[in-house]
Amino acid sequence: MIFALAACAILLTMALTLSRGILGPTTYDRILAVNSFGTKTVLIIAVLGFMTGRPDFLDIAFVYALINFVGTIAVLKFFEYGDLGGARSPDEYES
Amino acid sequence: MQLLIDILSWITILTGSFFVITGGIGILRLPDFFTRLHAVSMPDTLGIGLIILGLVLQAGFTQTSAKLIMIFLFMIFTGPAATHALAKTALHGKLKPKAMYKQDEESST
Amino acid sequence: MRHSISLFVFSFAVWLLLSGYFESLLLVLGLASCAFVVWIARRQDVVDHEGHPMHLRPMRWILYLIWLIGEIVKSNIDVAKRVWSPKLPISPTLVKVPADSDELRQVIYANSITLTPGTVSIDLTDATITVHALTREGALALETGEMARRVHGVGRAE
Repeated sequence: MIFALAACAILLTMALTLSRGILGPTTYDRILAVNSFGTKTVLIIAVLGFMTGRPDFLDIAFVYALINFVGTIAVLKFFEYGDLGGARSPDEYES
Repeated sequence: MQLLIDILSWITILTGSFFVITGGIGILRLPDFFTRLHAVSMPDTLGIGLIILGLVLQAGFTQTSAKLIMIFLFMIFTGPAATHALAKTALHGKLKPKAMYKQDEESST
Repeated sequence: MRHSISLFVFSFAVWLLLSGYFESLLLVLGLASCAFVVWIARRQDVVDHEGHPMHLRPMRWILYLIWLIGEIVKSNIDVAKRVWSPKLPISPTLVKVPADSDELRQVIYANSITLTPGTVSIDLTDATITVHALTREGALALETGEMARRVHGVGRAE
């Protein structure tokens, strides 16, 4: 019961976040929305796992948290430097 | 005893859900990108923390709790890093915040 | 070498915690995968003192975490009130605060600022952190330097 309520709250928030991702005037707003959406996804996987009595879902939640972080950083790196290659300093890119 | 733990976990999960919804409202209502960052950091800290605390109370002292706490620690450590990277990229991408520098404001008045 | 061993022990502890298996075949496979991870990390040359913040004072660190959690709860409630109130009483302010020269303290300080709702560190250059605060009061509270003083106590000078 309580898990269903929490799941509803998280789903509502996901809808709000998604609408910001669709509306978002700048690209950064969209990335922010996607990152926030991923966080909510991790939460809802955990809550749904408890709701259906299968806590094994937590492994999936953990993997999703990892992918969410790495994905956000990868997209941002692409925006900042234009490619996903090695660890160069920003100055080298500008020249 | 079990009832007390249940009630505690209900309270924490409900409070956490409230903060999560507040974050969702904030990300829609706040006017520009840099203020929206603040809205996102709310569910990222207290929202996740309280919901996971509630789930830990439900699970008791098991491996499930250990996994939950690991998820929480991981998100607490990566959340600020992602937010900072996002803000920095936006700033370098010539997105100007609507706010003024406090130092400038004082010198102009 | 010391760092490699502690990385191995730590990753095996994480493996045990996540898998929960104690059969001999699976344990050997787990040990092999941890050794593989250490080998990759050494090959990438990322095994160094940065991954092992041993030069922190444990007691001060715990006290700082408790204080930080208190601050996070307070500012969460404050920001939540502002988001829900119909007039949206925000006054975004940018402020520059000085940080320590020590890298670890800079990271702890910047992360603590970002973790507290209402203030986000948006740039770090030459030991100065540019902070975007949701309200003027938040910026003023940060400028008093209480958090900086507490962070300074956490790390031991190298």
